[in-house]
Amino acid sequence: MRDVAVVGFAQRQMEQFDGSPTCVELLVPLFQECYEQTGWTRQDVGFWCSGSSDYLAGRSFSFVQAVDAIGVIPPVNESHVEMDLAWAMYEAWLKIQTGEVDTALVYAFGKSSAGTLRRTLALQLEPYTMTPLWPDTVSLAGLQARIGLDAGLWDERAMAEVVQRSLTDAEKNEHAIRKGGSSVEALLERPMYADPLRKHDCAPVTDGAAAIVLAAGDRARDVRDRPAWLTGLSHHIDPMSLGTRDLTRSPSAARSAAALDLGGVEVAELHAPFSHQELILRRELGLDDDVRVNPSGGALAGNPMFSAGGIRVGEAATRIWSGEADKALAHATSGPALQQNLLCTLASSPEGATR
Amino acid sequence: MSRTLQAPVTVAFDYTRSTGPVLGRFLTGLRDGVVVAGRTSDGEIVVPPPEYDPVTHAQLDDFVEVAAEGSVVSWTWVPEPVKGQPLDRPFAFALVLLDGATRTLLHALDVPTPDAVSTGMRVRVRWAGERVGAITDIACFEPADGSAAGAGGAGGAGGTEPLAVPDPVTGVITPVSLDYVYAASPEESAFYRGLAEGRIVGQRCPSCGKVYVPPRAACPTDGTPTTDEVEVSHSGTVTTFCIVNVPFLGQRITPPYVSAYVLLDGADIAVLHLILDIPADQVRMGMRVKAVWKPREEWGTTIENISHFAPTGEPDADFDSYRHHL
Repeated sequence: MRDVAVVGFAQRQMEQFDGSPTCVELLVPLFQECYEQTGWTRQDVGFWCSGSSDYLAGRSFSFVQAVDAIGVIPPVNESHVEMDLAWAMYEAWLKIQTGEVDTALVYAFGKSSAGTLRRTLALQLEPYTMTPLWPDTVSLAGLQARIGLDAGLWDERAMAEVVQRSLTDAEKNEHAIRKGGSSVEALLERPMYADPLRKHDCAPVTDGAAAIVLAAGDRARDVRDRPAWLTGLSHHIDPMSLGTRDLTRSPSAARSAAALDLGGVEVAELHAPFSHQELILRRELGLDDDVRVNPSGGALAGNPMFSAGGIRVGEAATRIWSGEADKALAHATSGPALQQNLLCTLASSPEGATR
Repeated sequence: MSRTLQAPVTVAFDYTRSTGPVLGRFLTGLRDGVVVAGRTSDGEIVVPPPEYDPVTHAQLDDFVEVAAEGSVVSWTWVPEPVKGQPLDRPFAFALVLLDGATRTLLHALDVPTPDAVSTGMRVRVRWAGERVGAITDIACFEPADGSAAGAGGAGGAGGTEPLAVPDPVTGVITPVSLDYVYAASPEESAFYRGLAEGRIVGQRCPSCGKVYVPPRAACPTDGTPTTDEVEVSHSGTVTTFCIVNVPFLGQRITPPYVSAYVLLDGADIAVLHLILDIPADQVRMGMRVKAVWKPREEWGTTIENISHFAPTGEPDADFDSYRHHL
């Protein structure tokens, strides 16, 4: 296996982007930031891969228009996934492993606010027996939360504690669109929205874009003194049907975790768009109590569709770059109720952190 | 004035899907007023039946009828229903364990308030008035008050061997309609606002000098943000064209007519528009044309302000003058 590291990261998050859903306007400055961080030009990028969805944009082939932000003469080596940035990164990691390229820039964008996000996402469900009912994202998460509440696996206080910690940490994150802790008691006094969920249990609808730069071996060392080496990468998926899953568990997350060495992880960025989902993930990943979870504030502070999973990777990488941590874990999710999960470990040395 | 132009747009499409034998069996049952589950190799009674066994991966072929009544395993309140959901007033989504099944079914539950629903409560199917072989043949669930299950339904409950069914459901049509507020980019907004004033506005790439009409936020050649707004001529050259002979839904002009790329003088990218006021078979590459605007009182922020392009009568342009713009 080739040693591959995250060496660049840039992001934008906002409540409502008033520009075109092709998001070229957001991507150009993001790429510029990546060039500045790496000292590269676009010609130094061996492979490009984007993540987005036409259902979100409300127009066809929106990702083709987004390629304008790259500039394609001479032609570039480019691909696209209808998935989160984290999976675009996975494709780029594979591309680097083939030896065809040494560097990649992956990006993702989404204007969630162009439509009714929780309704649009019903189109990712089983099309015969689910989509015709338009089960919205919030409702599906609510069904999941209630099963755990009824079973005593978690309670409202535990959910509120996740929210309180996330929104407090988000105060230090300039990109967060929802921030400001209060107290667990104050959160519990707020009214129910989609009973058993309060609004703060649900990630805010967020527009945005993000980009991650990968480089192999010495190309990574040329860019940074402490590249964030991708020491493990794994993803799995659970069945689509909610009825055949134990919604209080996430077998796909557990299986991904089993493929990685999570020992010594100091910081974990978990993509949990609903508060109870962080509780599920912590259980499946078996994280020690001293692991710092979501210092960025996580998805409850901002959840730009198609970027938010990859942003977890970028946030984890920045903590390796800065020396704040020697080993970090990043997680991305996709699909309803934690159906699909990707995990990666990042470390200050290609062999993994030693302590 | 807002930074960008925005307008509502609805994207709609009816998805037509074949059902295959397993989902077809399930949907046929709904049409006929019975709920058909599948028995998997590990003994689970699953509804809707999975197409393939989760353990052996063989196609599922063991069907059993289950009751149209059961218990709520989980529920969530839907305070603000979205378009297309089974009910247009606040309701609950529920995972229902039908009597005879071991796995839950997702559907709506018609209750007036969250206080009227609880885990474990008994509910039953409310059948749709007209059933066609779709999941929406179950209109929703409703609280069961102890009377006969499956109000309005045709079938019985709890049988183990469904009878052979004539005229099985083989396809399902799912209408999908999504509402958006579509925004133009700032550069596109300047283009449309220019059209509303009778001007054609593009952007020049500061790096390679190319002029794009309609303008783009970044030069697709080199990725440089375009910064310089430029106004271009209303006259130009036909670079390439096609004669439209085929009628289609929504067509506004009687075929044959010409759709052409017009390279406006001062632009580097051609715009697509109509060539009229000349017989279709006389349109040619290199022909000089000019914009014919609609009456000013009909103008808006739209490319339709230009009705079409018409010949100027000038001599044709040399091929070399537009060969790099094809």
